[in-house]
Amino acid sequence: MIAWTIYLTFGGAVLALLLPRAFARWIALLTTIAGLALGAVVFVDMPIADLAHFTTIVRVPWVPALGMNYHLALDGISLTMVLVTGISAVSTVLFSWDVEHRQNEFFFWLLLVVAGCYGVFLSADLFLLFVFYELVIVPKYFLIAIFGSTNKEYGAMKLTLYSFFGGMFVFVGILVAYVTGGSLDLNQLSQFEFSTQLQSWAFPLLFLGFAVLAGIWPLHTWAPTGHAAAPTAGSMLLAGIVMKLGSYAGLRVAMNFFPQGFQMWGKWIAVLAVIGIVYAAAVALRQRDLKFVIGYSSVSHMGFVLLGFAAANALGVSGAVLQMFSHGVIAALLFAVAGRMIYRRTHTRQLDALSGMNLSQTMPFAAFTFVVAAAASMGIPGFSGFAAEITILIGAWKTYPIAVWIVGVGIVLVAAFTLRALKLSFFGEKGVQAEIATGTTLGREEFKPITIPEKIGACMLMLTTLAVGVYPKMLLDRIMPAVETMRFLK
Amino acid sequence: MSYLELLKLASPEAVVVLTALVVLSIGLLAKRPTSAGAFVAGLGLMISIGAILLLPSNKTLFGGMLVISPLTSLFKIICLALAFFTILLTQAEKAPRHPGEYLALVLLATVGLMLLVGSEELLMIFIGLELLGLSLYVMAAFDKTDVRSAEAGLKYFLFGSTSSAFTLFGISLIYGMTGTTGLAQIAARLATAFPTPSGLLAVGIVMTLVGFAFKIAAAPFHLWAPDAYQGAPVPSAAFIASGSKVASFVVLGKIVLVGFAPVHGSAGWHAMVAGWSPVLAALAALSIVVGNLVALAQQNVRRLLAYSAVAHAGYTLIGFVAGNREGFSAALFYTTIYAVTLIGAFGVVGVVRRETGGDNFSNFAGLASRSPLLAGCMAVFMLSLAGIPPLAGFFGKFYLFSAALHAGANHALLWLVALGLVGSFVSLYYYLLVLKAIFVDASSLAAAAPMEHMRSDFLQQTTVAVLAAAVLFLGVIPNVLASRILAAIP
Repeated sequence: MIAWTIYLTFGGAVLALLLPRAFARWIALLTTIAGLALGAVVFVDMPIADLAHFTTIVRVPWVPALGMNYHLALDGISLTMVLVTGISAVSTVLFSWDVEHRQNEFFFWLLLVVAGCYGVFLSADLFLLFVFYELVIVPKYFLIAIFGSTNKEYGAMKLTLYSFFGGMFVFVGILVAYVTGGSLDLNQLSQFEFSTQLQSWAFPLLFLGFAVLAGIWPLHTWAPTGHAAAPTAGSMLLAGIVMKLGSYAGLRVAMNFFPQGFQMWGKWIAVLAVIGIVYAAAVALRQRDLKFVIGYSSVSHMGFVLLGFAAANALGVSGAVLQMFSHGVIAALLFAVAGRMIYRRTHTRQLDALSGMNLSQTMPFAAFTFVVAAAASMGIPGFSGFAAEITILIGAWKTYPIAVWIVGVGIVLVAAFTLRALKLSFFGEKGVQAEIATGTTLGREEFKPITIPEKIGACMLMLTTLAVGVYPKMLLDRIMPAVETMRFLK
Repeated sequence: MSYLELLKLASPEAVVVLTALVVLSIGLLAKRPTSAGAFVAGLGLMISIGAILLLPSNKTLFGGMLVISPLTSLFKIICLALAFFTILLTQAEKAPRHPGEYLALVLLATVGLMLLVGSEELLMIFIGLELLGLSLYVMAAFDKTDVRSAEAGLKYFLFGSTSSAFTLFGISLIYGMTGTTGLAQIAARLATAFPTPSGLLAVGIVMTLVGFAFKIAAAPFHLWAPDAYQGAPVPSAAFIASGSKVASFVVLGKIVLVGFAPVHGSAGWHAMVAGWSPVLAALAALSIVVGNLVALAQQNVRRLLAYSAVAHAGYTLIGFVAGNREGFSAALFYTTIYAVTLIGAFGVVGVVRRETGGDNFSNFAGLASRSPLLAGCMAVFMLSLAGIPPLAGFFGKFYLFSAALHAGANHALLWLVALGLVGSFVSLYYYLLVLKAIFVDASSLAAAAPMEHMRSDFLQQTTVAVLAAAVLFLGVIPNVLASRILAAIP
C-alpha cells in the first residue's frame, strides 16, 4: 500500500502540470495529504515486529538482462523517512498556497521532488534508488531558478552542480558494487562479502558522494546559498527532506555494503561531522540574512546525523535517524517563518532591518511559531530535537567521547545563534526604543495577517515536533530494530 | 542463386531506391510545391520496413556483402525510422528550392545507411560509406542562399574525402596482408597468420579506424562537426547527427569486434596491450575531454550540440573498448537513443530558427512561455543527453559504464568510466544553460509571432512530441529496446 505514495505523487505532478491553473494547488494539497495519510495508516497498522527487516512490498522484473528489478521494500527507517516526507510535503504546499507565478509548473516541480524522495526511501534496488535520487536534482534547479529570490540563478546552479558532483561519485560506487557483487538487490548486496581492499576505497567514494547532499563539511557550501535563493517551499523541501536523501542513502547503501570500509573511515566521518557542527554554528552566528542563519543551522544539525552514524552503535545510528525526522520538521518550520511569514510581508530578511520593525507586536503568531521552532532547534527538552540529539550524543559517547566534548561547544553556539536570530528578528529593541522616544506607534507597519493555511501548516509542524519530543519512543521503537539488523553493527 | 532471389533479399534497399526515383520524378513534374513527394517518401520507407520484417531472419550472400541477420534487420529498421523522422522535419522547413531532389538525397543516403549496416565485407562497407557521404555532402550544402550552408558542405566534404582516402588505404593494407575483405575471414586469417601484431597491421587498423572516427565525429577528427551542425539545413544536420552516426557505429562495431577480434589488445590502466582497443580508448578519452570542455564555451545551440556530439561519441566508444557482447549492445543502445534525442532536439531548433531567425541562446529565451510543449520536449532531450533519470540517456550511460566495468579483471577500465562520469558532470552545466535560457530567462523578443504555418507546425510539434515520448518511454522501460539489441547480437 505504501508504494502508492510514489504513484500518487507522480500522478499528482502530471495532473498539476496539465490541468487548468486553478486546480494546481488543490491537486498538490490532496496528493500530499494522501501521501501523508498512507504513511500514517501504515505507521499505525504495521506490526512493529515486521519493521525490523527490509521487507519487500513490490518486486517486478525491470531489465532482466542487467538484473534490475522494480523492487520496493519497507522497514522502520524508511517508514520514518516516508512519514517526515509526508509531513514536510503537506506543510510545504500549505505554505505555498498563494504562489501565483506559473503555478502549474511550480507544483509540478514540487511534487516531483516529493515523489522522488518517497522513491528513494522505499527503493530496495540499487539502480532504482539511484534513479529516484538523481531524479530529484533537476526539479530543485527549476524550483529555485524560476521561483527563487536572492541570487537565484547562482544558487540554483551551485546546488545542482554540487548534487550532481556527489552523484558522480555515487555512480562510480554503485557501478563497482554492482559489478563486483553481481546484483542490484540491496538486501543481497548487504550480505555480500566485498574484499577489504575494495571496501577501503569504495566506501569513502560512495559515502562522500551521498554526504554531499547531506551537507557534510567541507562540501556543504551549496546548502546555505541554495536555501537562501530558494522559494520558501524549496527551502522547506530541501532542508526538510532532500538533505535527508543523502544521509539515508549513506546509511542504507554505503555503510551497509561496506562495513569494513566504514570501520576504517568511521573516525574521519566523525571528525568531519564535528567540524561541521561547530563550524556551521559559528558561521551562523555572524550571518545578517535570516535565511543564511537557518541554512547554516541546517548544516550544523545534519552534522549531528553524521556523528550519529560515525558512532557505529545502535543508539547513535537510531538517534541519527530520529534526528533526520526531527530536523525535517524543525527546518521546515524555521524556513516557513523566515521565508513565508516574515519575508513575504516585510520584503526583507536582513536581521538589522527586521530588528527595527518590532515584529513580535505586529505578527504575534509568527513570533510564537518562531519561538517554538527556535526552542526545538536549540534542543530544549520536550521537543524532538532534544530527544534526537541526546540519543546521538549518548551513542557517540561510547565511541568518541572527545567528540562529544567538542560538540558541547557546538551546542552552545547553536543556542547562541538561534537566540540571536530570534531576538534580532522579532524582539528587536530598536523599534521599541523608537516608539518610547517618539511616544507613537510610528515604526509599526500593518502587515497582512497570517493566513489560515499558514496557521494550519505551522500548527501541524509544531505539534509533530512536540509529540515526538514528548514521546520519542513512538519512532525509536520502529527505528531501533531496523538499525540493529544492519550489518555494520555486528 | 538466381537474380530474382537476390532482388528479393535486397528488396528493402531496392524499395528505397525506387522511392527515390519516384520522388525525383514527382519533383520534376510538379508545377507547384507539393507535399506529395514527402508522402511518397514516407510511404516508401514504411514499405521498406515491412519488407525487412518479411525477409528470412538469417542469410549471408557473396561472402558477407549482403548479410541478413537479426542485428542488421533491427538496425535497418532503426535507420529507416530515423530517415522517416528526418523527412517529417523537412516538411516544417520553409519550402526549399528543390524539394524533390532533397528528399531523393535523403532516401539515397538511407540506402547508404542500409548498405553499411547490412554488410560484413570491407569493399561493400566502403561503397556504403561513399554513397552515404556523397549524399550528405550535398544535403549539407543544400541551402544555396545561406553562405553558412555552403561552408558546412565544403568543410564536411573536405574532411570526409580525406578520411575516406585514409580508410581506403587502411582497407588496402588489411587486404594485402590477409588476402580477403570479408570480416569473418579477416578475423580467421589474423588469428592464424599474425600471432603478434606487426607494424604494418597496426598502420592498416589505425588508418581504417580514422574514417569511422570522422563519421562519428570523435576527436581529433571532429573539426567539421561544429560548422556542419550549425550551417547545414536543419533536417540535414539532424540526419548527419542521427542516422549517419548510428550506421557508422554499427559497422565500426562489426569491424573491430568481428574483423579485428584477434588483435583486440587491452586498454586497462596498468595493462595496456597493443591492438585496436587502446586506439579507441584514446579516441574516446580525447573526445570526452575536448567535446565537453569546448561545449562549455558555446553560445549557439547547434554548435553546442555538435561539441556535445563529440563527447557522446566518446561515451559510446567506451562500449566498444569493453570489447564484449554486452559492451557492443550497450554502445548500440546508446547511439540509438542518442540519435532519437538529437532528431528531436533539431526539430525544436528548426521551429525556433524559423520563428526567431536564429539559434543562439538568446533566440531560445522565453520559449517556455511561447510554446510550453516544445520547451518541455527540449527539456526532455537536453536532460536525457545529460543523463538524468528517468530518461533514456541515463539508462544508456548506466548500461555502457557497467558493461565497461564488467570487461577485464579488477575494474581495468575504471579510468575510462571515471572520465566519462566527469565528462557527464561537466555536460550537465551546459545543458542546463540551454534550459535556463528556455525556462528562466525572459524573452528578448516582442510577443510571440503568430504561427504562420499552422499545418506544418502541427506536424512538427507532433513529431517532436512523439520523439520526446520515445525518449521518456525508453528511459522508463529500456528493456523494450535493450533486450532486442542484446538478443540480436550473436
